[in-house]
Amino acid sequence: MGDLAEKNQKASVPAADNGGTFHEGLKDGLAIGLGYLSVSFSFGILAVASGLSWWQAVLVSLTNITSAGQVAGVGIMSASGGLIEMMISQIVINMRYSLMAISLTQKTDGSMTAVKRALLAYGLTDEIFGVAVSKDHKVGAKYFFGLTILPVTGWVSGTLLGAVLGGIFPDFLTNALAVGIYGMFISIVIPKAKHSRMILICAVIACAISCLFFYVPWLKAHVSSGFAIIIAAVVAALAGVFFFPHYDETGKEAA
Amino acid sequence: MNISVFLPLLLVMAFTTYLVRALPFTLFRRRITNARVKAFFDLIPYTVLSAMTFPAILYATDSLPAACAGLVVALVLSFFEKSLLTVALGACMSTLAATVVMMLIQKG
Repeated sequence: MGDLAEKNQKASVPAADNGGTFHEGLKDGLAIGLGYLSVSFSFGILAVASGLSWWQAVLVSLTNITSAGQVAGVGIMSASGGLIEMMISQIVINMRYSLMAISLTQKTDGSMTAVKRALLAYGLTDEIFGVAVSKDHKVGAKYFFGLTILPVTGWVSGTLLGAVLGGIFPDFLTNALAVGIYGMFISIVIPKAKHSRMILICAVIACAISCLFFYVPWLKAHVSSGFAIIIAAVVAALAGVFFFPHYDETGKEAA
Repeated sequence: MNISVFLPLLLVMAFTTYLVRALPFTLFRRRITNARVKAFFDLIPYTVLSAMTFPAILYATDSLPAACAGLVVALVLSFFEKSLLTVALGACMSTLAATVVMMLIQKG
């Protein structure tokens, strides 16, 4: 009996440790939630300006949890665009989530059953993914669930606030808040880039390609921002794989 | 917005966005063993975030110098491996401070 209890202890404790706890996820999600609150505030303003009512703006945020895709989607809605156009634009802009989802499957632990994956996929965003993969332990279902709660809450409530109060806040205040989301991205990339030359070089390449799509007028006019991100990210990652063929799974260059 | 326009578009949008996330997350169950393929997927998060941040951060506000202030503060704080929240708030606050300074300069 004691033997069995001890075995269970041994089996269960490392599993929980490996995947992270619900509470740890909740804590890690706080910064993302605060960042989302400010970004979705801007989205709420934009959605109402595009002709949506406040509850429609909130419904878009609740069912999508994505910034670039929602901005494009609201544009299509206000132009009474077609369903196929909506579908294609969302696939192209959000395709990066497919790459992230595959990348994240390599880090999930045994607690991520098929049903839990199908449910938790709803909350997979750039920032949640960025935080989850930067953990030095595996990603369990409880941790990931905890991680998504505050960002989803922040995203939806920020949209509501922006849609209802948007006109009241001065622009310079909401603009400054929007920089916070990029600060969050930077805080995920830089510490990793500091310790891995491969990540540093790939990050710089990604920024350079992203600049090309932004500053070359023809590219800017013909390539959507969502697609530009996919191209920049994939080309930069391929360049890394090509230049650092001896990269190993610990994240350090072997040769 | 008229519900007959809004609702079909919302459903298509939400369903597409969900499937783009859920299909690969649910169906892809293998461990990637090929070192190069694995390295590629390890790098994707950092290249995606980098591409999304730069140069977009420079135009997140109406003032380029203010955005640069936020960028520099975020770079410095994250170089010293401060927490996510610290970096995000530091970037916001320095952008806000620089914006206010710029507004005062323009007024005076």
